[in-house]
Amino acid sequence: MTAVSMTVNGQIVSADIDPRTLLVQFLREQLRLTGTHVGCDTSQCGCCVVHVNGDALKSCTTLALTCDGAQIVTIEGLATGDVLHPMQAAFRENHGLQCGFCTPGMIMTAVELVRRKGANLDEHTIREELEGNLCRCTGYHNIVKAIAAGAQAMGAAAE
Amino acid sequence: MYDFQYLRPATVDEASRVLATQPDARPMSGGMSLLPATKQRLSHWSAIVDLGGVAGLDEIRMEHGALVIGARARHVSVLSSSVVRAAIPALAELAEGIGDPLVRNRGTIGGSVANADPAADYPAALLGLGATVVTNHREIAADDLFTGLFETALEAGEIITAVRFPVPKRAAYAKYRHPASRYAVVGAFVAETAEGVRVAVTGAASHVFRVPAFETALSKSLSQDALVGVTPAYGDLNADLFASSEYRAHVIGEMVRRAVQACLHPSTPSRNA
Ligand SMILES: Cc1cc2nc3c(=O)[nH]c(=O)nc-3n(C[C@H](O)[C@H](O)[C@H](O)COP(=O)(O)OP(=O)(O)OC[C@H]3O[C@@H](n4cnc5c(N)ncnc54)[C@H](O)[C@@H]3O)c2cc1C
Ligand code: FES
Ligand code: FES
Repeated sequence: MTAVSMTVNGQIVSADIDPRTLLVQFLREQLRLTGTHVGCDTSQCGCCVVHVNGDALKSCTTLALTCDGAQIVTIEGLATGDVLHPMQAAFRENHGLQCGFCTPGMIMTAVELVRRKGANLDEHTIREELEGNLCRCTGYHNIVKAIAAGAQAMGAAAE
Repeated sequence: MYDFQYLRPATVDEASRVLATQPDARPMSGGMSLLPATKQRLSHWSAIVDLGGVAGLDEIRMEHGALVIGARARHVSVLSSSVVRAAIPALAELAEGIGDPLVRNRGTIGGSVANADPAADYPAALLGLGATVVTNHREIAADDLFTGLFETALEAGEIITAVRFPVPKRAAYAKYRHPASRYAVVGAFVAETAEGVRVAVTGAASHVFRVPAFETALSKSLSQDALVGVTPAYGDLNADLFASSEYRAHVIGEMVRRAVQACLHPSTPSRNA
């Protein structure tokens, strides 16, 4: 067992873990933050995306120990109290989900995308940037619409 | 995953010492290839030596007219680096086409090169540009590095610290990417260098290779016309569910043509949708 400590959604957490523990296991099983999903466990689907020091990444392909000292944000950390994050609200308004399994990853990827590329995103850019996130329900159309709207809302909120 | 010890040394020397004393220890960079393989129990390591704690290993800089990219430089850092864009824009374009943004946020040039995946992108740039790989022990020319399927000339415990790229007059990478995985079905890197034109192809065989027939033709004239009638003889090309070897041979010609076009007209799209 090895000691690890990181800040998750603003709270410092420490634990002794098996070195093999993946970040997603640590979040779901140790911290019971089950909003982050495991869809494939083979680095393809993006259901497990969280932010580590601001970077969106696949938490099923990251060792928890690599994140020692890091700042982690999961889907649970986006809303402010009862007020949804603008990207979450945009997914709801635009029917950007059906079963919702892919949604946490989609939203975490989208939020980082806006930070990297700004609030004005064309459809082509959004589709290219969703390369690492798979959805088995929606056909993506409303996800793309939701992200475009969410990006605009994030831009407006930042002004 | 099989049990392993996790180590995070602060220097390359320290990492070298662990790898020298533990033959079954393995360096890890972004983990984007190592961890999926380890999770499938394809391999068993006594220790994973995370190079993420080594400061400065991700530096990107110009040195004596060459572009030097630290082994830990992530794909996202290469694609967004103004130093790379100014010196070898084709390299930034290549990095932009690797996998997806989540993979690009973690995966690194050193890991990609050491992994020597037959369909990986960076090997084409290293061979196409005549780069040099710098390790903790020595320097290896790209021409001598890629030896087989997932095989390189790196010795056990050898750590890549940087890749040094001579700056070409012009260069471009054209990739026919797999519609699902985004790896190269075929990728061609064409570079006009001081010693003539170099052409390197990835995705098509067990490892990246050069195509002398195209190099000779393009060294006379870097133009699409120079390619007309040139039909290189290839060794064993890959054949799989997605592309037969005959089809790959055809796509090589087409990717080389597109890369030449992109050398002449840099705004040419370098990837399929
Ligand atoms: C979904 C997905 C899609 C992808 N698509 C593409 C693609 O389109 N094109 C492409 O080229 N790649 C693709 N990749 C691979 C990706 O680029 C990886 O980042 C890369 O192959 C490995 O880099 P890494 O830093 O993650 O290395 P790691 O996974 O950490 O290591 C890979 C191997 O290299 C060794 N190693 C790592 N660093 C060093 C070093 N400094 N010295 C010596 N040995 C070292 C490790 O021991 C291991 O054997 C994809 C990966 C995934 C998961
Ligand atoms: S569960 Fe991590 S990418 Fe699918
Ligand atoms: S909404 Fe069901 S997987 Fe995307």
